[in-house]
Amino acid sequence: MNAVIDTTNGSLNWPIDEEAGHVPYGVFTDARIYEVEQERIFRGDNWSFIGLTAELPDSGDFKATYIGDTPVIVTRDREGGINVMTNRCAHRGALVCRSARGNVDELECVYHQWKYDMQGKLIGVPFRRGLGGRGGMPEGFRMEQHGLDTLRVDTVGHLIFATFSDKVEPLREYLGAVIVNHIERICHSPIRVLGDERQLVRGNWKLYAENTRDPYHASLLHLFHTTFGLYRSTQKGGSWMDDKKRHTVLTASQGTDEGKMEGYDGLRTFNAEFTLKDPSLLAGRKEFDDGVTLVILTTFPNLVLQQIANTLAVRQTVTKGPGQFELVWTQFGYEDDDEEMQKIRNKQGNLIGPAGLISMEDGEAVEIVHEAIIRDQEEASYIGMGGGKAEDTEHLVTESAVIGFWEYYRETMQVEAGAS
Amino acid sequence: MDINELTVMELQYHVEQLQGRYVECIDDDRLEEWPGFFTEECLYKIISRENHDRNLPAAAIYCDSKGMLEDRIVSLRNANVFAEHNYRHLISNILIQGLNEGVISVQSNYLVLQTKTDGATEIYNAGKYVDRIVVEGDGLKFKEKIAIFDTHQIKSLLVTPI
Repeated sequence: MNAVIDTTNGSLNWPIDEEAGHVPYGVFTDARIYEVEQERIFRGDNWSFIGLTAELPDSGDFKATYIGDTPVIVTRDREGGINVMTNRCAHRGALVCRSARGNVDELECVYHQWKYDMQGKLIGVPFRRGLGGRGGMPEGFRMEQHGLDTLRVDTVGHLIFATFSDKVEPLREYLGAVIVNHIERICHSPIRVLGDERQLVRGNWKLYAENTRDPYHASLLHLFHTTFGLYRSTQKGGSWMDDKKRHTVLTASQGTDEGKMEGYDGLRTFNAEFTLKDPSLLAGRKEFDDGVTLVILTTFPNLVLQQIANTLAVRQTVTKGPGQFELVWTQFGYEDDDEEMQKIRNKQGNLIGPAGLISMEDGEAVEIVHEAIIRDQEEASYIGMGGGKAEDTEHLVTESAVIGFWEYYRETMQVEAGAS
Repeated sequence: MDINELTVMELQYHVEQLQGRYVECIDDDRLEEWPGFFTEECLYKIISRENHDRNLPAAAIYCDSKGMLEDRIVSLRNANVFAEHNYRHLISNILIQGLNEGVISVQSNYLVLQTKTDGATEIYNAGKYVDRIVVEGDGLKFKEKIAIFDTHQIKSLLVTPI
């Protein structure tokens, strides 16, 4: 059985199978599909992550970022509210914010100095009534009709989300209780931003969405993980999704498998005899009473929230065409971290990010898939570990959440059930 | 070597020799020798200008002991998965900023070109080194080496030291 993905000027067959998930490789490489994704996913009925409230502590703070590839501005207004608008002047379409971040009294487009307040309302147009009786805007020009396009915005914990959609359900409903609970677990007290890292990955953004929903690869690709017991598939943990299977939380608890390497015999492994010359890298501190030491939480379409040992971070996917995306990592700690905890987080920062001892390989995995599939659009992957169904599991030997992602992807992209 | 006995030109010469040998070691893929350029107690950090200018601590690589440098290399050789590549460092504008209680403060610009197996060479990382250099044994060593990079969009990943 197949489904058909309508790509506006063409279509792509999608094999549907009871036993395993399949993804036709064309969805990663086809520029027409990328265009449809921008409209139906990033500008459609979904909430995208766009930053942390702690990035905008003061009135007048702004941050320029992207939803998909649409430039947007996030601001903190005088009343303390957070606003999101497109970063495109209502006059002739120029970028309004040209810095990544800053603090301003008002937003001003450099092209013709149109001014907007922090909520995106137009408050100034030079020569609006002309100069010396000449020029000026037409009679019917109304300032209130020419503000920046504003988006719906909401927060959960310290995370800010925005959407172009008037129809999508409120944020908490969109995320579902399981995801909200896990976000609030990590966002239990005020946070402090520790910095950003940006990684340009030359592959399709959905390959990373698959990667971060896949606990199967984690102990096999990331050997540093396995060796030091930060993550092994033998640990206590599991994979849970929201009702629509679009978001996922993967958890694991260190120290729940007695260091066993069962099943890893004969696999490419890091030398099991290897010990760190300086073990202070992994000398962390227990932070959460539930004993969970690893959380990879993904929300559709563009967020990963992570806790790995004592590292906390969000990763935002910014698409840059079908063949590359930027991954923006923002590390954070809590405002009340003592000096020792600040040192631990700095040091464990070595584990994550583009140079992370346990995370650098993900970019590589995405790139080697993207390179290999380039000409085989009608061929498809095979996703079957753990039974090939989008179900929650209380173990880590599974790809079920990857299948969940694709089920929702087909729904939000309005893929038609077609003839086989 | 007593650095207080050296003329300004001799000091510049020794500092440039150290910088040159340091990048040659990396570019020639003799990474096992790389920690030897540092003192036992040392700080090696690769941090974006974006974070550094905001006084934010998050670094791409942060090692505060020679042991951590050695661990990075063992992990690179045995655990990490990445595309084969070579670096070519270009250093310029090596400026001695000061000499205080046996510590030479030096700043320089660097450019790292990266070549992968397809043979294409691209600009991988540009930035500046902010170094604190001391005499240990019979030569100069880095007590601190901080690479502050302008190229804050890291292409693919960062595994080989800068």
